[in-house]
Amino acid sequence: MTDMFVAPAIDYTALLPMIIVFVAGLLGCLVEGFAPRGLRYAVQVPLAAAALVLALVALVVLGPDRQGVTAAGTVALDGPALLLQGLLLVLSLLGLLVMAERLGGQQPDAFTQAGASVPGSAEEAYAGRLGATTTEVFPLTMLSVGGMMLFVSANDLLLLFIALEVLSLPLYVLTGLARRRRLLSQEASLKYFLLGSFSSAFFLFGAVLLYGYAGSMRLDAISAAISANVGMDGLLVPGILLLAVGLLFKVGAVPFHAWTPDVYQGAPTPVTGFMAACTKVAAFGAMLRVFYVAVEGARLEWQPVVAAVAALTMVVGAVLAVLQTDVKRILAYSSIAHAGFILTGLVSMDQAGISSTMFYLATYGFMTIPAFAIVALVRSSGTEATQVGQWSGLGRRAPWLAAGFTFLMLAFAGIPLTSGFTGKFAVFAAAVSQGYAWLAVIGVLASAVTAYIYFALVVRMWLGDEAGDTQVAAPSLMTTFAIVAGLAVTLGLGVMPSPLLDLAQSSSLFLR
Amino acid sequence: MNVPWLTTLLVLPLLGALVVALLPRASTAVRPVALGFSVATLAVAVLTATQYSVGSGEQFQLTEIYPWIPQFGVSYALGVDGISLSMILLGLVLVPICILAAWDDVPAEGRRQHTYFALMLSLASMVVGVFAAIDVFLFYVFFEAMLIPVYFLIGMFGGTRRARAATTFLLYSLAGGLVMLVAVIGLYLVGPRGTDGFLVTNLIGLDMPVEVGRWLFVGFFIAFAIKAPMWPLHTWLPLAAEQARPATSVLLVGVLDKVGTYGMIRFCLSFFPEASQWATPVILGLALASMIIGAMLAIGQDDMLRLIAYTSVSHFGFIVMGIFAFTTVTQTGATLYMVNHGFTTAGLFLVAGMLIVRRGSRDIRDFGGWQRVTPVIAGCLLVAGLSGLSLPGLNSFVSEFMVIVGLFQRHSWVGVIAATGVILAAVYILVMYRRIATGPRPDIDVPDMTRREKFVVAPIIAAFLVLGFFPRPVLDLLEPAVQQTLQHVGVTDPAPAIDTATAEGSDR
Repeated sequence: MTDMFVAPAIDYTALLPMIIVFVAGLLGCLVEGFAPRGLRYAVQVPLAAAALVLALVALVVLGPDRQGVTAAGTVALDGPALLLQGLLLVLSLLGLLVMAERLGGQQPDAFTQAGASVPGSAEEAYAGRLGATTTEVFPLTMLSVGGMMLFVSANDLLLLFIALEVLSLPLYVLTGLARRRRLLSQEASLKYFLLGSFSSAFFLFGAVLLYGYAGSMRLDAISAAISANVGMDGLLVPGILLLAVGLLFKVGAVPFHAWTPDVYQGAPTPVTGFMAACTKVAAFGAMLRVFYVAVEGARLEWQPVVAAVAALTMVVGAVLAVLQTDVKRILAYSSIAHAGFILTGLVSMDQAGISSTMFYLATYGFMTIPAFAIVALVRSSGTEATQVGQWSGLGRRAPWLAAGFTFLMLAFAGIPLTSGFTGKFAVFAAAVSQGYAWLAVIGVLASAVTAYIYFALVVRMWLGDEAGDTQVAAPSLMTTFAIVAGLAVTLGLGVMPSPLLDLAQSSSLFLR
Repeated sequence: MNVPWLTTLLVLPLLGALVVALLPRASTAVRPVALGFSVATLAVAVLTATQYSVGSGEQFQLTEIYPWIPQFGVSYALGVDGISLSMILLGLVLVPICILAAWDDVPAEGRRQHTYFALMLSLASMVVGVFAAIDVFLFYVFFEAMLIPVYFLIGMFGGTRRARAATTFLLYSLAGGLVMLVAVIGLYLVGPRGTDGFLVTNLIGLDMPVEVGRWLFVGFFIAFAIKAPMWPLHTWLPLAAEQARPATSVLLVGVLDKVGTYGMIRFCLSFFPEASQWATPVILGLALASMIIGAMLAIGQDDMLRLIAYTSVSHFGFIVMGIFAFTTVTQTGATLYMVNHGFTTAGLFLVAGMLIVRRGSRDIRDFGGWQRVTPVIAGCLLVAGLSGLSLPGLNSFVSEFMVIVGLFQRHSWVGVIAATGVILAAVYILVMYRRIATGPRPDIDVPDMTRREKFVVAPIIAAFLVLGFFPRPVLDLLEPAVQQTLQHVGVTDPAPAIDTATAEGSDR
């Protein structure tokens, strides 16, 4: 026996996409420190965008041939990991473009000049006069994206926890940086941080119990311990459930959803879009891996719980969405309901469960980012007009924008020929085939309920009287591109879903 | 050479919708272009019908089958049998008539007229799609997608309570459709699965557990019962019909709602023969209730459009009875009724629309004596009404007679009650006509039927007469398809010599 520390072999080439993103994040921090204020925006945006594109290229070129487990078995780069990482990169690129929207100003429009100053204070006004900018949102986003990419490929509970923190901490900060209604934003940030910390603690506690059970943090080792039937089930089941709490919190599943509406409403709208789309991808990716790889053997213990959570999430999300009068809160509750739909696919525990979950994540991401981007453009006296009443008659004032949003609402409601329908069909089919027909029935009924609120919005936009001073800001090319790309994908996945379905099916095998 | 007839029929109106929508803002060509596309589509449809051979042994003809989403087992599969071909023809005949009837519905300012006619044309495309789909998934896609144009037609161009009417319509249909979605998935899973597992022909005659079959049947049936509207799921229809423009109502009630009864024949009966017979008593009861309650409510209406909507509820009751009596005569009668009802409703709604435009009110109490004001319109209302109450010599008589005769053969007591429906129909139609047209001449001066309106009414009345005196060609078209369905159900016609109880005993 040797006491020598043997450095694990690390396949840096395979990790290159993540490395690119992290390095870009760190470079962004340096830019914040050294570049003059006026130059930062012009440096940060291209830097971040280029890094995301480069990482995507690296992923597509290198990824498929470099599949495997690396870094002492803690990182698994397999089909699902690569697909979800690619999805994360594309979605965060769109999200980044929306965040960079300046609406003709000198800095990203949605973010405050001085996040650290007290709202309404003299310091804030002074910072504004000096022309302070909040370009640190770009490195923060990059770090968060890096954490998310690690999250979907982590094959070890400890690394999973680290990735969870890396992706979460920047999000807490980003949430608090809204330029207008700053108190609301800071309150949201604090709530998100406190509840997020709690859930991280639960996650950690669960990881510890599982370590006690299996003697290892590695997912494959836990799986082996379960099939070897080592006993000590008293550690296993609570461990799984506590771990699940941490993960379910991130996707906003009921009963861990309380933060979602407040945070979605308080956060700067582009951040909300990014968060809604990308965090869901990352958290569901990790959940898939934990459930399908590590604790699949004990599924009789946890599957009913997850099924119940899915049912509850769909019902609560749908019913509460109907009661909302704020567009961002409607989208927040709808995101809760969508989390329930995705869980319906996840709980079916077979190949189709994995591929349908990943497919749904893609469809949801590509409709959410443009939806929030459009919300950010509808304004009234300088701030975003998020009250439903303020959207009245938007169809006459800005027909193209309203048509785009209407199409997205159809997709959210799951009307055929939109990606929303294909996604729902995929997850419900997976659930029914595994004997969860009751879950699918609850799912369709919840869809019908949410359809009410989506169409209420559509009715307001097209049939309502024009609301006083609501205006639509002219978006820059970047936002326009993000919206159009999202719409195109939403239509494309509705009409011709085969290629992505194929990809999802062929990359639905986890390495163990 | 294989001409993709049905795809052409599907794409042509959609192309027309696109062209109309993209015409320049001030263009005066919107209505002529829309009419042109609808007439062209009708011409292609007539050509298509000539390609159809009545004697063929194939269940579906003119088929086009390509893989669409093989991962889900979905094909882009179109094909027609006698029933679906006659429904497509009905729809495509009515679309140009409706466009002509809706000529002055929307003022030309802005782009509203563009939108209105583009939506109507897209509806024509949906009609073709939903009736020609021979893949259950594709059918479902059209079934749901067609809600969107109707929703906007009601919601953007309807009356004062249009938003409510549109939302009610949409939510009802969506709820039914989504329940059906689970049944659609379930059907695929009990079927042969595979990359073309949703093809209708692959799903007929499946061997499935009794329980499963019954649940799936219920899932499909609820959606169709909402669509067809059957009591007690009909409440969306009066509101929608009252608020929509008459031309929209014609397409909605006269054509699209037939998807309900069509779906019962094509899917409920063919896929779940056991469950269909299991559910027959309840369905016959609901159909009777629809017929009687619809007629009663129609008698009590003061709103002209609501009244017509309730007569449709009553007529749909007849159709459903005909379907679930499981004899060749009743089902042929029911499918013929589906065609006839389309023309009858078109006549009633459009003529009522002409009166409403002139009087500025839908309320029957505001009328009276109009046969002296607008004799031609009043006369047309009477003809359409007589078709609605099944006067011999007009279209509905043949179909209603067939349904009732067949019902007597199968369940004589149902036949007896159904026959009272004929009397109720006479009451609601004649009372309406009396209140609108007879009485002293009111003090109002409006022009009688214009030339455009005559072009609207003429083909409808021609259809009444042709289908009333010479229904043979349509019956020849429908009967083989009906026999095919009954063969799937495994029911034989009751022999006249033995009494009904024994005949039922011989059923599977």
